[in-house]
Amino acid sequence: MRPFAYERASSVEEAVGLLDRADVPTRLLAGGTNLVDLLKLDVEAPRLLVDVNHLGLDRIERTDAGGLLIGATVRNSDLAADPTVRAEYPVLARALLSAASGQIRNQATTGGNLMQRTRCVYFMDAGKPCNKRDPGSGCPAIEGASRELGLLGTSSSCIATHPGDMGVALAVLDAVVHYRTADGPAVLPIGDFHRLPGDDPSRDTNLPAGAMITGVEVPPLTFAATSTYRKARDRRSYAFALASVAAAIDVDGDEVRDVRLAFGGVSPRPWRARIAEELLRGAPATADSFRAAAQAELESATPTDENRFKIDLVTRLVTGTLLELTGGVR
Amino acid sequence: MSLPQTPHHVELEVNGVRHARDLDPRTTLLDALREHLDLTGSKKGCDHGQCGACTVLVDGRRTNSCLMLAAAAEGSSVTTIEGLGDADVLHPVQEAFLEHDAFQCGYCTPGQICSAVGMLDEAAHGWPSVVTDDLADDVELDPHEIRERMSGNLCRCGAYVNIVAAIGAVDA
Repeated sequence: MRPFAYERASSVEEAVGLLDRADVPTRLLAGGTNLVDLLKLDVEAPRLLVDVNHLGLDRIERTDAGGLLIGATVRNSDLAADPTVRAEYPVLARALLSAASGQIRNQATTGGNLMQRTRCVYFMDAGKPCNKRDPGSGCPAIEGASRELGLLGTSSSCIATHPGDMGVALAVLDAVVHYRTADGPAVLPIGDFHRLPGDDPSRDTNLPAGAMITGVEVPPLTFAATSTYRKARDRRSYAFALASVAAAIDVDGDEVRDVRLAFGGVSPRPWRARIAEELLRGAPATADSFRAAAQAELESATPTDENRFKIDLVTRLVTGTLLELTGGVR
Repeated sequence: MSLPQTPHHVELEVNGVRHARDLDPRTTLLDALREHLDLTGSKKGCDHGQCGACTVLVDGRRTNSCLMLAAAAEGSSVTTIEGLGDADVLHPVQEAFLEHDAFQCGYCTPGQICSAVGMLDEAAHGWPSVVTDDLADDVELDPHEIRERMSGNLCRCGAYVNIVAAIGAVDA
């Protein structure tokens, strides 16, 4: 771990002011479950850590629109246990509960979850080339250990995935990320929050330099109560997703009236499956149409030999999850 | 670019006792406990949050002390295995681990016990897990639930069967 100084911010303005000094590489410290690990691995080497855990951003509030505003430092465990989230947004509660361990969920925060870095083994090993960590050094993953990596929205410079579960649920809920810079408050829709790598994988998000996430707004969604999250992984608990699906669906008789779908573990961003959604609106709510919609979404996939299995895996996850939500086998 | 790497003055409350130390800002809560406060009950296994041997209670919530900086723990109340019970009066979870032979080498045990204490409190507050069928239901800690909720604690001896039994007995 490289030496750094620690400061505890007493206001969002102070934290943003400390971030704004371009001459001092600075990171915000919330739960620290990813950042402290990356400090130990020398993947992150800031000179200053600004602790943002004591700024009153730990509340979940009802918005005037009837949705929720989740403070940036609400812990993952508190968000998953919130009675409103459990009743109105089960996809969000289940995504959070699918993630990490009880200990990690008690520490990890809403804002930090969105900011977590990929768990690509080459990114995590400071002795290896990695275009994300060390731009221009190359990507050994594409020809190497890529089984857990991405196949949608990836590029020839990086196939890392966003490792989170929460963000995948937020993608189907059309959440909006609230942040603050020295210029004042601003927002980013969750769909624009994470960047695709293109030829510059070094930046994971479109959050401007010097910005601090203050909260995440989840708008109301009439059929969010019929939603869930399903995650496939190498062991039953406490593992990152090989692939996951967040889904919400509204059926009218045997027909899909509306649907929201997103995939995790397959892309640098929570992958909103808009092609599949479009195909499913008005289609019969059957296993055949669920499968066909997933396959259409995956047509643009660019798998490696090691992660090609994820195409079938995602297709089956989509089909099984939508059948579960629509109540049976058709 | 210059920031002084001076020691950071940290006041920690551990097991009801206040301690003041000047620590390198890089010091984790785990290293502060073990190396600076002589509380070696909390164990360093992986030091990356993957094994749970370092689990302590921070403001009553189970936490990986290897992933928390000591400076960030200032203002919180920390409970380690040394604070849960003593040789005369054991904590009920400690009693249950003895009763059910829930360990072999014992290295993961302090973390397992602190994690179990935190987990039982979470369940008492009605927190669901990912294997809870109905998120609105009351929590019933069957072995399936206990295994899922304790997945952040590894035991290389493989004492899991008895760990689950011990925790189930405390909950009963």
